[in-house]
Amino acid sequence: MRRKILSTMIQSALLSLTLAGGPALAQSGKLSGDMVKIGVMNDMSGLYADIGGPGSVEAAKMAVADFGGKIFGKPIEVVAADHQNKPDVGASKAREWFDAQGVDMIVDVPTSSVGIAVAKVANEKKRAYFNTGSASKALTNEECNPYTVHYAYDTYALANGTGKAIVETGGKSWFFLTADYAFGHALEQDTAAVVKAAGGQVLGAVRHPLNASDFSSFLLQAQASKAQIIGLANAGGDTINSVKAANEFGLTKNQTLAGLLIFISDIHSLGLKTAQGMLLTDAWYWDMNDETRKFGRRFFEKMKRMPSFDQAAVYSSVLTYLKAVKAAGTDDADAVMAQLKKAKINDVFAKNGYIRQDGRMVHDMYLMQVKSPEESKYPWDYFKLKKVIPAEQAFQPLSLSKCPLIKK
Amino acid sequence: MSEVFGVPLQALLGQLMLGLVNGSFYAMLSLGLAVIFGMLNIINFAHGALYMMGAFIAWMSLEYLGIGYWWSLLLAPVLVGMLGILIERSMLQWLYKLDHLYGLLLTFGLALIIEGLFRDLFGVSGLPYTIPEELAGAFNLGFMFLPKYRAWIVLSSLTVCLLTWFMIEKTRLGAYLRAATENPRLTQAFGINVPLMVMLTYGFGVALAGFAGVLAAPALQVSPLMGSNLIIVVFAVVVIGGMGSILGSILTGLGLGVIEGLTKVFYPEASATVVFFVMVLVLLLRPAGLFGREK
Amino acid sequence: MSRQTLGYGLLLLLGLVAPALAYPILVMKVLCFALFACAFNLLTGFTGLLSFGHAAFLGTAGYVAGHAIKIWQFPPEWGLLLGTLAAAALGWLFGVLAIRRAGIYFAMITLALAQMMYFIFIQAPFTGAEDGLQGVPRGRLFGVLDLADDINLYYVVLAIFTLAFWLIHRTIHSPFGQVLKAIRENEARAISLGYDVAKYKLLAFVLSAALAGLAGATKMLVFRFATLTDAHWHTSGEVVLMTLLGGMGTVLGPMAGAAIIVTLQDQLADKVGSLVTVIMGLIFVVCVLVFRRGIVGEIGALYRKMAGTR
Repeated sequence: MRRKILSTMIQSALLSLTLAGGPALAQSGKLSGDMVKIGVMNDMSGLYADIGGPGSVEAAKMAVADFGGKIFGKPIEVVAADHQNKPDVGASKAREWFDAQGVDMIVDVPTSSVGIAVAKVANEKKRAYFNTGSASKALTNEECNPYTVHYAYDTYALANGTGKAIVETGGKSWFFLTADYAFGHALEQDTAAVVKAAGGQVLGAVRHPLNASDFSSFLLQAQASKAQIIGLANAGGDTINSVKAANEFGLTKNQTLAGLLIFISDIHSLGLKTAQGMLLTDAWYWDMNDETRKFGRRFFEKMKRMPSFDQAAVYSSVLTYLKAVKAAGTDDADAVMAQLKKAKINDVFAKNGYIRQDGRMVHDMYLMQVKSPEESKYPWDYFKLKKVIPAEQAFQPLSLSKCPLIKK
Repeated sequence: MSEVFGVPLQALLGQLMLGLVNGSFYAMLSLGLAVIFGMLNIINFAHGALYMMGAFIAWMSLEYLGIGYWWSLLLAPVLVGMLGILIERSMLQWLYKLDHLYGLLLTFGLALIIEGLFRDLFGVSGLPYTIPEELAGAFNLGFMFLPKYRAWIVLSSLTVCLLTWFMIEKTRLGAYLRAATENPRLTQAFGINVPLMVMLTYGFGVALAGFAGVLAAPALQVSPLMGSNLIIVVFAVVVIGGMGSILGSILTGLGLGVIEGLTKVFYPEASATVVFFVMVLVLLLRPAGLFGREK
Repeated sequence: MSRQTLGYGLLLLLGLVAPALAYPILVMKVLCFALFACAFNLLTGFTGLLSFGHAAFLGTAGYVAGHAIKIWQFPPEWGLLLGTLAAAALGWLFGVLAIRRAGIYFAMITLALAQMMYFIFIQAPFTGAEDGLQGVPRGRLFGVLDLADDINLYYVVLAIFTLAFWLIHRTIHSPFGQVLKAIRENEARAISLGYDVAKYKLLAFVLSAALAGLAGATKMLVFRFATLTDAHWHTSGEVVLMTLLGGMGTVLGPMAGAAIIVTLQDQLADKVGSLVTVIMGLIFVVCVLVFRRGIVGEIGALYRKMAGTR
């Protein structure tokens, strides 16, 4: 391994020499390690394995294949690692990848703690990092850096999409069921602000512990509030259990549930009978147009399930990165990042998307409603599109950003 | 409307009822642990994993074999119990002469294996299991809207708990069992097959966990993690109760369910922690637990 | 005795050249967990009290040290010291409650208390909840040595480990350590000999917690963050596994166990996915059933047997 470190050091020294010598030619690009190496890091077996997991690795490989498999006649390799939702595992793997294995770009990385830890490493080692898996908006605020792109979504976009659209369609009074940790609080605060700004009112909130086994008691409190909309500011198993209990206690008869972070895999595990009628914000859905359907079916062939928006975002990230390397003529991160912030992103995931100075990838978001079992015609036919949230309105405006890279 | 500390009485009654539902699970699981502990002197760390297995057996038999809820209620405990007997015969029985801690470590390892395998096979997002038709719908109790299924959980688990208590305290088999717990060597000398009793006890204890798992399947999410989330709370319940008596563990389980339910009204953030606070308090005042005997 | 010194000398030599042989961050992680396991072993292997809540000390020290360095801008040595002291204080609190019961109850109480700490860490504002306390600067040790350099930091971590290990070694072989062993072997007899058993147990607990805290604070410095993972009960289980695999109650066992488990997790994670848990479980079961003395314990027994027959 020592030898590998040495060789990468020599290579990067040579690279900086050549770069200093003059701009590299685009046709015969300069690549560190004579190849481009893409690292997919995520949770392969834990809580988020169905959202990203092995499916993200497959998505990255699909992107490489669609790019042509080679860049400047040199190979593109995809490596994968399981961070087990442990920040120390994720951060040390990222260090090792950058230091010893010549990985040029890391993608996915769900779980905020790991996502932020890897962003720190990417900044220190000056390599590209596309986060598609984490929700924490800290990645483009307090913790932002020049090498990190937050690609798919964040708590602001989720809150904004669902909150605003629901108030506009008449859901004026809200009650929140909030997971009692930073993610839940952020989601609740952001949504409450949006609701109030749009003329709605927040009647109250109840905070439940993370991974609570039973939600009936919290739902009873939500029911007693008589709010029209129950906002679920939680995720994963907590959301699923809240929805189940809401059905059991007849809450869905008079009140509407709004999921603030729901993945298609959650709906798949809930079943349409239980989930029907819920409103949610999605960054991408496989059944929107011919292009997305084609991608979805290709993915399905391999993974036996339809892609989540995270997996589609991984595909798009890898493709976007490779295009930028090609355009920049080098895999030197500074050059690639400069190129990335110039280019428009047009692929199956996003139309006219672009990457801002704070690292935020800005693209359209979608307000979806879960279909009833009768409306669903085929497997994975789960959502109907209620509203497109235009890119400019979907994400936190730069004027509110706490990112030190933004000069005001 | 009358209020208690600013909370409407109706809401309070509702929460008490729900506390009882959760308490039923605690009671059944801590009862299983108590029975096993009494006989084998082993804290069965695999209890949560076996509870999870019960839920999965219910799900699998519906999904693959078309066996419905009611048969699962019988099938799952039997299968889990048989697995328990296998575990006891192949592994646990070699540990009785050693420090009891080895039993804890072994079952901890087993819990990891079972949980890991299910995670590998089924992922972690959880699987849906619908409430049987007979129990769909709800009662209107006036002060709350109680789903029939929740009522069934309380009813069936209380019945099982009481039957267990009756069997151990009032029948001949129970008398042998108690004798074997007190003095295995002497009981063996009276011609009672103590190893057989031990084996059956372990099987029965984990079958209770399997039964609880099936009960939980429609109400909660069937997920590989459902056991490990619960087991530590049950441990705290066991420490509080002290495992001195069968009835004690049932009462402690129910009581803590209710305390937890009330916490969810007054200070919901602490509802996952309140059990541990009670534990510390009990330890300070009664180190042997509420129903425990000092050895 | 000279052979023993030679053995330790060789190990130290291995430690000195390790960063040239393997990835330094990984070796530092191994050293941190080795120290953690040694601290745990002091309590469980030598005093006979199985704690299932040691993650609380690892986590607490990481958070306190991280907060002191990042927010209060303390130099790293003060951060480490504060973290260790915080863990010691928590250890005293846990100890006072837990030593009221023995055996299995002791294990469950420590587990439950650690779980309580875990909830506090989720709630408390300074931990950053699930995002973790991130981006803690490594700073300069005593204002001179730049720890941002991995190799510099490595030798500091090695020095911390060596010192702590020496302390544990001295403790085990001191009269205090002998009393602890007496308690493990036969508590009633130790009481009848007039020892205040509770006091000894508590002291062992605090010492073990403090050293576990030192491991946690050091680990925080290596990775530059403290997160909930360190305080989770899975970490408590892992340290039990490391010690059991290496050899409970042996001096070198926990080190060997930690090295094996950390390397396994690092190497296996990409290859077998969720089966890592299953493999860990299998190691547990095999150790308990056939391998109770652990690797170092078995080798020692084999050595004694060979020496005896000769």
